[in-house]
Amino acid sequence: MIDAVRLLAMARKETIQIRRDPRSLALAFAVPVLMLIFFGYAITWDVDDLPLAVVNEDAGTRGERLVDAFTASGYFVVAVRPARRSDADGLLVRGSVAGVLIIPPDFSRRMSAGGPAPVQFLLDGADANTATIALNYAEAIAGRWSRDAVLSGRTVALPADAESRVWYNPTLASRNMIVPGLIAVIMSIIAAMLTALTIAREWERGTMEQLASTPVHRLEVVLGKLLPYVVIGMADVALAVAVGVTLFGVPLNGSVLLLAVLTLLFLLGALGLGIFISAALKSQVLATQVAMVATYLPALLLSGFLFDIASMPAVLRAITLVIPARYYVAVTRGIFLKGVGIQVLWVQGVAMLIFATVGLGLATLAFRKRIAA
Amino acid sequence: MSEAAIQARELTRRFGDFVAVDHATFQVQTGQVFGFLGPNGAGKTTTIRMLTGLLPPSSGVARVAGLDPAAESRRLRGRLGYMSQLFSLYGDLTVAENIDLFGGLYEVTGERFRARRAWVLEMAGLEGQEKRLTAELPLGWKQRLALGCAVLHEPPILFLDEPTSGVDPVARRAFWDLIDALAEGGTTVLVSTHYMEEAEYCNRLLLMNRGRVIAEGTPGELRARLETPDASLEDVFVELVRREGGAVVG
Repeated sequence: MIDAVRLLAMARKETIQIRRDPRSLALAFAVPVLMLIFFGYAITWDVDDLPLAVVNEDAGTRGERLVDAFTASGYFVVAVRPARRSDADGLLVRGSVAGVLIIPPDFSRRMSAGGPAPVQFLLDGADANTATIALNYAEAIAGRWSRDAVLSGRTVALPADAESRVWYNPTLASRNMIVPGLIAVIMSIIAAMLTALTIAREWERGTMEQLASTPVHRLEVVLGKLLPYVVIGMADVALAVAVGVTLFGVPLNGSVLLLAVLTLLFLLGALGLGIFISAALKSQVLATQVAMVATYLPALLLSGFLFDIASMPAVLRAITLVIPARYYVAVTRGIFLKGVGIQVLWVQGVAMLIFATVGLGLATLAFRKRIAA
Repeated sequence: MSEAAIQARELTRRFGDFVAVDHATFQVQTGQVFGFLGPNGAGKTTTIRMLTGLLPPSSGVARVAGLDPAAESRRLRGRLGYMSQLFSLYGDLTVAENIDLFGGLYEVTGERFRARRAWVLEMAGLEGQEKRLTAELPLGWKQRLALGCAVLHEPPILFLDEPTSGVDPVARRAFWDLIDALAEGGTTVLVSTHYMEEAEYCNRLLLMNRGRVIAEGTPGELRARLETPDASLEDVFVELVRREGGAVVG
């Protein structure tokens, strides 16, 4: 049914057209790398150098040592030292500090007496994420400082002591997690956008009618259009991986070959989806918009890239099952950070194989050589 | 007598309530240049699309090169050439790249392709222009290239939908010389036009108006029907449309 001569004629024609069109070349090569660089630097969940207002009313010296413990951690910097508590409130309201540390006048005295010596820590809860992290840091810093102060050099065996080791991303650098996921999200969007134009353009320019009058089979048209974009998509991912490793210093622990094979599966589906949209809508403007909406938000919000899928409500969790980016995000993160192999990622592989089959199937079905009115 | 190259029986196409082609019946003998005449919207393009398998008919049957266009369109497409109303080659491909593409799509390969390619370039007067982008060519040249691409595979039947619209009279004349040459080589040509002087070049004519066939015959026969042998075909056409009770558009 598929004839190699016709398929190659289509693929060659499509390649020439891409090469001659600066816009599609820019979309194919410049946009993904630029997006990766912009988002890679912009998105971070690391909380450090939080500006702190310190109101130290302590008559003794211990209060200042607690402040030192906060700044020594690297998570906080003392931005301002208001004289009175009432001044600190205004700073928090304006958002010029992330938190306020208030050490009462009797802090040193209470410490010496061995009794509880409370300090107050006010947080700007408007940014709940940062506030939560800052709170954990503050509690940890104060806790450790207190223990050291009480023990003053002696060691005591705690009855239950959690010895934490963080695997796969030992420094907990969020960039190591963001960049691989970002590659998956960007490719979801770019792949569909690339092919969204192809068939609609033929309808708009009238070339489809001439194409339709030849013996070319619709599968040959779909595959012929797909081939050059598969090459472009693979080059994009290679480029993005290189940028991730060199510019962002993300470790690539797993098999490059496995990444390539699973990327190919993902691209077949994502590019097929773009062709489907293009064939169904027959308008370049509309197809681009639909491709954008259909891929951008799901890939960003429901892929597990920004929000952990396990903590989503059951309904959303079910929806994520049909978001292809979800599987590809797991693939890039798994291969980059954990270095896992096919024995783990076969689940994603199967899911993306289904997606590729459905995507290309829909594209072929939606592509009608018949001219409607 | 062998089977006609093209047969249409009661061919009808509706778009909703609008009847674009209304029970059209006619046949085209092998080797004829058969002209479709009629104002814009008469149903010429819709009829051609049904005959080429691009559009399924609402009712009625057609046979082209012994095949049913609605059911056997893929087999049929290897045996016919089609040039649509609007220029529809790829403007962002060069002359040579367009010929390569259609050579591939029609599976014309190897030595045969090289020979056909040379023939197209010569026929269209495009030798030495192979590397020019098609979009940059004058319209008359584009149309000749489009014709060349449509007959790369030497189809026995050729459909041309208003191939000369917008082309200057000299280029139009040159285009009709090409059609004549193809017909002399045995190709059956069905060509639609709204230029009355072009009707004179056809062996037979079919007049359409508002989706209906209103007259068919040689240019001489149509004149005879008006009993005015020296009338221009344009007069004949206007008179026949008037008798039908329809308005002539354009």
